[in-house]
Amino acid sequence: MLPSYELIYETYGTLNSDKSNAILVCHALSGNHHVAGYYEDNPKNVGWWDNMVGPGKPIDTQKFFVIGLNNLGGCHGSTGPISTNPETGKPYGASFPLVTVEDWVITQAHLADKLGIDQFAAVIGGSLGGMQALQWSRAYPERVRHVLAIASAPRLTAQNIAFNDVARNAILTDPNFYGGDYYEHGVVPTRGLRLARMLGHITYLSNDAMADKFGRMLRSGKYSYSYDIDFEIESYLRYQGDKFATHFDANTYLLMTKALDYFDPAREYNDDLNKAFADARASFLVLSFTTDWRFAPALSRAIVKALLHNRLKVSYSEITSAHGHDSFLMKHTHYHNVMRAYFDNVASEFTV
Amino acid sequence: MSTLDHSTLAAIRPDFAAIAGWIPQGASVLDLGCGDGSLLRYLRGTSKVHGYGVEISDDNIVACIRNQVNVIQGDLESGLSGFESNAFDYVILSQTLQATRHTEPLMQEMLRVGSEGIVSFPNFGYWRNRMNILQGNMPVSKDLPYQWYDTPNIHLCTLHDFETFCHDNKIYILDRRVMTGTSERKLLPNLLGSTAVYRFKRAV
Repeated sequence: MLPSYELIYETYGTLNSDKSNAILVCHALSGNHHVAGYYEDNPKNVGWWDNMVGPGKPIDTQKFFVIGLNNLGGCHGSTGPISTNPETGKPYGASFPLVTVEDWVITQAHLADKLGIDQFAAVIGGSLGGMQALQWSRAYPERVRHVLAIASAPRLTAQNIAFNDVARNAILTDPNFYGGDYYEHGVVPTRGLRLARMLGHITYLSNDAMADKFGRMLRSGKYSYSYDIDFEIESYLRYQGDKFATHFDANTYLLMTKALDYFDPAREYNDDLNKAFADARASFLVLSFTTDWRFAPALSRAIVKALLHNRLKVSYSEITSAHGHDSFLMKHTHYHNVMRAYFDNVASEFTV
Repeated sequence: MSTLDHSTLAAIRPDFAAIAGWIPQGASVLDLGCGDGSLLRYLRGTSKVHGYGVEISDDNIVACIRNQVNVIQGDLESGLSGFESNAFDYVILSQTLQATRHTEPLMQEMLRVGSEGIVSFPNFGYWRNRMNILQGNMPVSKDLPYQWYDTPNIHLCTLHDFETFCHDNKIYILDRRVMTGTSERKLLPNLLGSTAVYRFKRAV
């Protein structure tokens, strides 16, 4: 148990007088509270969903009050393994409890309480964020009108868990991990984190997207006959891994992947997903991407089937995109048209 | 977005009014090949139906959402595996039957998912179509607005053909409306009607 916790959040737009225009954006594995825009003193730090959220964008901040937060256990300002445990004066490290999607949603509801928001117009997320949005419809059916689960899943497949475990093993076996208490040794398990991210990146892209972008392109035009970088894809992955390892906490990475693995709302109902959504009242938009093999369309269709069983309002689109799981973060005409149309309807239900 | 009001829609699509006449208040409806969601929107107005559409085209998905119609993107030709058995009171296939490839299994799927099925289609036996054929040309008309080389209609049939098909596939026809434009045709329907709407269920 944590004695207390803090959540960092950002907001965009203006909360209307009856507080009916609020949208919560839940982040995925490596996301954070900085959803859109950039900071005055750091114009290069653009939010991770800036193409979707902002004035005149599909989630129009001239109509909606949008909240992005960093989840509990994160490493961008909310209480997490890197934070100081007030009882010991040292970072939590390995003693930070594992948190689940269910826990996150409870803490997000507390944040809504603090902001005086009884009911969200919508809760939305992609991937792990979509799981949180789905969980909102179950945990607080009266507190959310629309739920958008994008490139998400009702639970991970064995293959998906397997990828997460390889990523975790890369971190856990890094000599600089020190059982999670690396902070006090003044080191970071960079090698493990880097490998974890490289593996993740491979699974977020499609075979075709990788072939298009890199093919067998060589960095220097010829084979080096060594273990140095030959191919552009190697260079790209190493660069992404290095970049990630400098700003992300390894314990947070472990904890986030575990939250992904554990999410399985049907589990307590003998694997009957229909029953898991029996209490939901929201309207849903479920989206998947044709080349996303990490969170395949079949998983989204399983969500839709359970929602249909419960006679809930739901629309589903399977978006033709070449970019695999990463598609949900990218600008894509049809995807954005669907989102815009849906959010126009959400906005028609309240007065700004 | 479909901005047409109910009376306009009913005039353009006389099969809509016929279908609405059969559907009781609050029924659950699945509309296969729902286009921009016009029929479901119409039925929401006339019968307060609880409805979903199935549609393959990206543009129509957006149009349905704009019309505030629930829509599930999917290909009818790969069946209705995303839908549970007996999930709907009515499963509708409006002006789409003649363009389906796997027509027979789709009709069976309709009656797995719904208690009753409703289809509307252009009657190929309509006298004007017959005249066209007699004159040596494939018919092109308001109901069949395509040339032979660009038509999506690969399974055209007459009322007589459809009724034989139902009989052979143990499908029991409950009701039928045959129309030309907005006028009903009760006399010699297979000759005088341009559009037919059928309501049917599984024969026990």
